Amino acid sequence: MKENTPLLQVQDLKVYFYTEEKEELRAVDGVSFYLKEGETIALVGESGCGKSVTSLAILRLIDSDGKIQGGKIILRGRDLLSLSEKEMREIRGRDISMIFQEPSSALNPVYTVGDQIMEAIILHQKLPRPQARKAAEEALRLVGIPEARKRLDEYPHELSGGMKQRAMIAMALSCHPKVLIADEPTTSLDVTIQAQILELIAELQHRLNMGVILITHDLGVVAGMAERVVIMYAGKVVEEGSRWDIFHHSFHPYTWGLLHSIPRLDIKQEKLAIIPGAVPDPLNFPSGCRFRNRCPLADELCLTEPQWREIESQHYVYCHHYSQVEVLKTRGFER
Amino acid sequence: MNDTPLLQVQNLKQYFPIRAGVLRKIVDWVKAVDGVSFEVSPGETLGVVGESGCGKSTLGMSIMRLYEPTEGKVFFQGQEISSLQSSQLKNIRRDIQMIFQDPFTSLDPRMHVGPIIEEGMKVHHLASLPEIRRRALDLLEKVGLGAEYFSRYPHEFSGGQRQRIGIARALALSPRLIVADEPVSSLDVSVRSQILNLLKDLKKEYQLTYIFISHDLAVVRQVCNRVMVMYLGKVVEIAEGEVFFSTPYHPYSVALISAVPVPDPDYEVKRIILSGDVPSPINPPEGCRFHTRCPVAQEICQQVEPVLEQKEKNHWVACHFPGSLSYKGQ
Ligand SMILES: Nc1ncnc2c1ncn2[C@@H]1O[C@H](COP(=O)(O)OP(=O)(O)OP(=O)(O)O)[C@@H](O)[C@H]1O
Ligand SMILES: Nc1ncnc2c1ncn2[C@@H]1O[C@H](COP(=O)(O)OP(=O)(O)OP(=O)(O)O)[C@@H](O)[C@H]1O
Ligand code: SF4
Ligand SMILES: [Mg+2]
Ligand SMILES: [Mg+2]
Repeated sequence: MKENTPLLQVQDLKVYFYTEEKEELRAVDGVSFYLKEGETIALVGESGCGKSVTSLAILRLIDSDGKIQGGKIILRGRDLLSLSEKEMREIRGRDISMIFQEPSSALNPVYTVGDQIMEAIILHQKLPRPQARKAAEEALRLVGIPEARKRLDEYPHELSGGMKQRAMIAMALSCHPKVLIADEPTTSLDVTIQAQILELIAELQHRLNMGVILITHDLGVVAGMAERVVIMYAGKVVEEGSRWDIFHHSFHPYTWGLLHSIPRLDIKQEKLAIIPGAVPDPLNFPSGCRFRNRCPLADELCLTEPQWREIESQHYVYCHHYSQVEVLKTRGFER
Repeated sequence: MNDTPLLQVQNLKQYFPIRAGVLRKIVDWVKAVDGVSFEVSPGETLGVVGESGCGKSTLGMSIMRLYEPTEGKVFFQGQEISSLQSSQLKNIRRDIQMIFQDPFTSLDPRMHVGPIIEEGMKVHHLASLPEIRRRALDLLEKVGLGAEYFSRYPHEFSGGQRQRIGIARALALSPRLIVADEPVSSLDVSVRSQILNLLKDLKKEYQLTYIFISHDLAVVRQVCNRVMVMYLGKVVEIAEGEVFFSTPYHPYSVALISAVPVPDPDYEVKRIILSGDVPSPINPPEGCRFHTRCPVAQEICQQVEPVLEQKEKNHWVACHFPGSLSYKGQ
């Protein structure tokens, strides 16, 4: 079973922030999932549910007003949370790389694209400049940037949005990481450009046999890209399963509601299902199940914490009433 | 529905100057909207789609006369409004209302919610003050917020709730036409359908007509009767909604539809990946503006600009080879 040991395991991760009034904001509160070599998983959830904080915690890049309060992040048997900052710097970029929604946050406007890619290559691969430049050019070519050599000497503002995204991907992949975290890599792009970038990521993932953690709120993107799906809500994972489980056989009322409320391109929906209410304030998460004040199945039991249950092989859900989710089919989501 | 259009737009152009140098001389123009013509019938929802920068918002703003159009005419209920003096625009500003993408910046943070909704009615002296108050409370109820929100500030609300306030404010003047510019794009996924359903319900109740600007084709399919596609300041296709989604004619429309991710792992589509980026609206390509990215372009496309023509009843397209690209089948 050796090849089945995950490449990366996140176990019971807790990341809390502290406001000026010393209030505790439990942004990520007991999140667990794993990533196998060469697979793509999706981390899905709405704004503020803790996706970015989870990925920043994996790289140990949490701001000083936040703290990793518990859990383990195990990369090939090593707990990253026990490493020194110096060891962590070696990991970033070499073993785990990240691309962001806004390329401008990753690309420094005052350096050329080439210099920025070369910096990582020189740091991790200890190559002399001329070879590093060659490798950088190769990286740009890999992501489909035409006239790669010329582009090396250009500044980020000289590139279009899609091109910047490609350059950032080139930078992230220049050292052939084992894990790529893509945090909303296409959210700010047009659909025709999004299609280009997603295709590129899928192709590179295959070619370099990377594990990819794709963070997105777009279930359409998930359906096309991910083998397994992790659904987050208000700092918790509420469901995890194969793509098929999640899309055809979901058990959590939130997953179910999301899938039925999103407008779909391929069919005309007379009336969209509605999840009532709004995402809770992170400083005042409800006790027990954090979805309970929006959930049509909620009752007194939901005032207590649900358990994390495996209901089918590799399909997990965090809900007291998961077995009743079928009821929603006839009853709908209105309470 | 009757046949006289509620709104007619004829060859509308909206250019923005690009200035440079110490003298801020005009060196070029952004041709944001470049000769757009269409009609809107009473009671319909016309979707305006296209990628970032194609001129959707500018079109909306020019119709509202928030910009002075560079050229072209706009008629509302048969009256030309593009030539009205700003002092004559007051009535038009009642009949046409806008809902914006960003509910966070479109509401005055220092005002209570109630007065935000009342403001327009007061400016237009629509009723006595107690009557205005009663209507504002009624509208709060209608958009699903309730009277208890009257004396709260916008920052106390979530994105979806703020969009509801924006909708109530737009409805306060009993408009005929609402231009909704990306009304759900900034909202959480689980809240979008609430707002979309609300817009649909209000349309029925108040017999509204919408111009619904969106880059999200899935949303457009669910709320619009007709779809108009823009590319680099031009209209490339106009069709009835279901016709558009089943048999789009313009290669750009086809590529756009094929690129939308569908939340179903079994959904199969021949994805048409367009190469390259959208060119700049300052120097758009000669001939067909889409020819630099078009998978079926021929030589003529580089030289001759295709005109918007009616290929089938109510199905307009501007392309030399309409219908030659499909996203269906393998
Ligand atoms: N530096 C910070 N200081 C305080 N709170 C923070 C900080 N970073 C994140 N948070 C809070 O942590 C929670 C989770 O944020 P996170 O950025 O992970 O959300 P997300 O799921 O990535 O959302 P989005 O889809 O909007 O990117 C939010 O409530 C956010 O306000
Ligand atoms: N006030 C302005 N001054 C100068 N240029 C402008 C102005 N407003 C818009 N533009 C330009 O006009 C073009 C069309 O912009 P517009 O905002 O109408 O596009 P859009 O289709 O609404 O895009 P998006 O989907 O990003 O909202 C763009 O190139 C934009 O940069
Ligand atoms: S006119 Fe030519 S270039 Fe333009 S869309 Fe049609 S086929 Fe493509
Ligand atoms: Mg995020
Ligand atoms: Mg716009």
